[in-house]
Amino acid sequence: MSIMKRHTILEKNSLLLTVSILVVVSIGGLVEIVPLFYLKSTIEKVEGMRPYTPLELAGREIYVREGCYVCHSQMIRPMRDEIDRYGHYSLAAESMYDRPFQWGSKRSGPDLARVGGKYSDQWHMEHLINPQAVVPASIMPGYPHIAERDLEVNVVRETLRTHQFLGVPYSQEKIDNALADLRAQANPDSEGVDALLERYPKAVVSDFDGDTSRLTEMDALIAYLQMLGTLVDFSIYDNKANLR
Amino acid sequence: MADASHGRDVDELSGTETTGHEWDGIKELNTPLPSWWVWVFYATVAWSVVYWILMPSWPLISDYTKGIRGHSQRALVAEQVAELQAFRAERGAGLIDAALEEIRDTPELLTFAMANGQAAFGDNCAACHGTGAAGFVGYPNLNDDAWLWGGTLEDIHQTILFGIRSAHDETRFGDMPGFGRDGVLDREQIRDVTAYVLSLSGLEGPTGANLEEGAVIYADNCAACHGDNGEGVHALGAPNLADAIWLFGSSIEQVTESIANGRAGVMPAFVDRLDPITAKSLAVYVHSLGGGQ
Amino acid sequence: MSAAMNSHKTMTIGEGGLLAFIVVGGLTSLVVAGRALDTPMQIHSFIFALAAVLAGIAVLKRYYDRPAELPPQEIDGLPNYNMGIVKFLTVISVFWGVVGFLVGLIISLQLAWPALNFDFEYVAFSRLRPVHTSAVIFAFGGNVLLATSFYVVQKTCRARLAGELAPWFVAIGYNLFIVIAATGYVLGVTQSKEYAEPEWYADLWLTIVWVVYLLVFLGTLWKRKEPHIYVANWFYLAFIVTIAMLHIVNNLTIPVSIFSSKSVIVWSGIQDAMVQWWYGHNAVGFFLTAGFLAIMYYFIPKRAERPVYSYRLSIVHFWSLIFIYIWAGPHHLHYTAVPQWAQTLGMTFSIMLWMPSWGGMINGLMTLSGAWDKLRTDPVLRMMVVSVAFYGMSTFEGPLMSVRAVNSLSHYTDWTIGHVHSGAMGWVGYISFGALYCLVPWLWNRKALYSEKLVSWHFWLSTIGIVLYITSMWVAGIMQGLMWRAYTELGFLQFAFIETVEAMHPFYVIRALGGLLFVLGSFVMAYNIYMTIRHGEREEPTREAAPGMVPAE
Repeated sequence: MSIMKRHTILEKNSLLLTVSILVVVSIGGLVEIVPLFYLKSTIEKVEGMRPYTPLELAGREIYVREGCYVCHSQMIRPMRDEIDRYGHYSLAAESMYDRPFQWGSKRSGPDLARVGGKYSDQWHMEHLINPQAVVPASIMPGYPHIAERDLEVNVVRETLRTHQFLGVPYSQEKIDNALADLRAQANPDSEGVDALLERYPKAVVSDFDGDTSRLTEMDALIAYLQMLGTLVDFSIYDNKANLR
Repeated sequence: MADASHGRDVDELSGTETTGHEWDGIKELNTPLPSWWVWVFYATVAWSVVYWILMPSWPLISDYTKGIRGHSQRALVAEQVAELQAFRAERGAGLIDAALEEIRDTPELLTFAMANGQAAFGDNCAACHGTGAAGFVGYPNLNDDAWLWGGTLEDIHQTILFGIRSAHDETRFGDMPGFGRDGVLDREQIRDVTAYVLSLSGLEGPTGANLEEGAVIYADNCAACHGDNGEGVHALGAPNLADAIWLFGSSIEQVTESIANGRAGVMPAFVDRLDPITAKSLAVYVHSLGGGQ
Repeated sequence: MSAAMNSHKTMTIGEGGLLAFIVVGGLTSLVVAGRALDTPMQIHSFIFALAAVLAGIAVLKRYYDRPAELPPQEIDGLPNYNMGIVKFLTVISVFWGVVGFLVGLIISLQLAWPALNFDFEYVAFSRLRPVHTSAVIFAFGGNVLLATSFYVVQKTCRARLAGELAPWFVAIGYNLFIVIAATGYVLGVTQSKEYAEPEWYADLWLTIVWVVYLLVFLGTLWKRKEPHIYVANWFYLAFIVTIAMLHIVNNLTIPVSIFSSKSVIVWSGIQDAMVQWWYGHNAVGFFLTAGFLAIMYYFIPKRAERPVYSYRLSIVHFWSLIFIYIWAGPHHLHYTAVPQWAQTLGMTFSIMLWMPSWGGMINGLMTLSGAWDKLRTDPVLRMMVVSVAFYGMSTFEGPLMSVRAVNSLSHYTDWTIGHVHSGAMGWVGYISFGALYCLVPWLWNRKALYSEKLVSWHFWLSTIGIVLYITSMWVAGIMQGLMWRAYTELGFLQFAFIETVEAMHPFYVIRALGGLLFVLGSFVMAYNIYMTIRHGEREEPTREAAPGMVPAE
């Protein structure tokens, strides 16, 4: 009873009530979030993770802009059916450069965490323009405008610099060459390809939308899709070292 | 709990005391907490405490409490996957070492391979080749007798593993040039050869085309890969032009496009995505769909 | 300025300060519009600039039109409530409700028949879904919360709302945020964090608006004539304070350029996922639960004319609810790359949340003891009681789905969608409708609603709609989850993903039908409320009787 009686102190003092609420609602978040920054077991040690190439990053922005995450997850759960269907379960390390993360919450379409390399560029293009043309039962909307629109590149360097500011390992060299790298990745015949591959190992260089004369949003989006889940080398990854 | 100075205020209907306060006509009863509510709440807390003891739960300074069950989802799933693989290995015993023909000819192996292949087809192949494997324009029909790169079990297995024009080093590779794009043929020549190619399977070509010219151009430019009579060459992935099957379409526009700008369909390599037994099973499954050679 | 026309009239600090803010804000918007690096940024800064011009004109006009004296705090010893703002917010709530439900219907039809996306980027499902979620949660729900909180805090404090322009700044500013958010989604401006999609400038604007909201609310509490703060106001306060915390932390981004609509979030990968669902889950907990419990704590006892069932339960369930809710976020991340210790905490706290949530249900339902007969005669009260029943159901289903084993089946499926909608349509929708049906006659001095029969129609249409919705989503979700994990006898996956998509079709059609009924119900409500305001029978505004001789204490 006395506790109830003491509660009247809060009922009579709105500032004390406000502060008490703030304290009470802060605790859970602090305990759950802060350790993720300092516990070493949080992010696995892996070989192969690198920041996104400028073209992949631009493609990722289109992925976000169109709301792909609304229907597609990028998070394979450690369950046997998901491993059978999609491949090795997703690691925390695989989204270490993801700002924001794209794990999704609903699978109206299949998981895309390891879609990279699974289908051809041509298929991705046709499927994005008109999904029902290749998958008749699909309920995905068509996105023909992505193929038609030139890729906007006016803030590519600023974007990389902002990522760098937040701790993503983009060197000054990468920032300086951002535009060149971006164009080189969509044109296998261009001179900049070797430099790009040196800066971003395993980057897929391709004429993604089948037209080297233009750099379209389709080029960027397919470049992003084709690298999803391909960076970590699972042949040398030690599953047992990262049990939890 | 009304202050003594105001006396007790009792709600007539329920006979319960109120707190004595009133806001815009609203009063509050001083009903005690329902005991079932309290006990269920305690039960959920007790359950949680037990769960914390058993399972990984609380973060500490340099680690977290692991729980006395030593549970790890990742270890568990590794076990489950190993179990499943062991089960499959048992049911499909011999599949790993058997030659593809042997699998086809041994009923027990075949049953297993077909089940395995069908399951893998749905999530890996159907997106391009269709759920019924009938293909689309640009994505071959796997039910017919036409095989770009050969339709034997070995050929199909090879294609599945390493793909066509894929990123893999051992990929199958063929190059259909863009005769117009590369400036080899002019528009009239393309028109003529289009007409000739269409005529091989009895189709009508563009009006005004010269078939004889077309035949000459064909012999000079196309026959090396597609054969003198348009029968195609598997080793180069050059399709038969004399059958009624057209991967990229048989309309005048589509054939003109193929000749003018070339074609280069890509099939990814699945060697890293599928385990060896599944790749083999898939080859047997695809081979069985109708037109395996 | 020409304030000299009336020598007694001077501009208040609020008016002058707001005008200065509008001028600075408007000019800044114009500069950004002129140098914007992308089209959406240009459009949005023009919208901000236009809003500044209109707001400037409105503030000046209000100043010239008003008498020299500011409205008194009290008239004849009774509080002079500021109800104009509540009226505005009530009407706009109804508008956003209808819009939000309608967009929901459209996107549910798109899932059943994808041709309805028309291959047109601005109406693609993926861009419209955030329009739907934001419209119902933030536009409809948010305006209902603003309307009711401004009403309830005045009535239960017996004090006029703090500030004259500040509440209007909150109301207009909040709705400007909604417009920026919704047009942004359609144009492709999103940071992809669910229920926190708007980009940095919209977030910044909302932060300003929200701080003023908190000040208005606290300012009114400070002026209260009742010694004690009523329980509804604890819940409103928890809602306002916690949403501020969640919003700021989850939206910490660095703009790529102040002339660009794009930004980069400071959290990455796993930490971002954790922060996002800490936010996302507690947007449910504090926006859609605490806020609407506040509505329940005023409108149900008021309408039923019965005292709140248990003051002690109020205290215990309030503090336990807000403490425990915050922990439950990681249950959205079961089986993901988030460490299992965090998942365990998320799950166990979700289980412990069950009774604190039900404390609200008990207080809501048991308040009717002695007044159950009113359910037969009062369709508005019936709606609110059914709302509390839905609340009880979804706050049981929630902990159930947070159990890892259950979640392994339900996650990523339509079961979650069904769960959310039993809470959103049943609980949040119905308690809001009930509150709006109560408020309109009170605010416009009408004897009663235009038609109680239409309230019954609304109730039955939408109840059948909700039942169709949640049952079809249960079946669809459980079926999909089971199909994903189904193995053949030989140990192979039984279904390809696309087969599970095909299997959903009939249930998507039934769901859309349920949505249609819910939308029709909201049309009936809008008509009924319109007719009540325009043609309802007037009730002479009786100054409310002085509260009992016994002051609260």
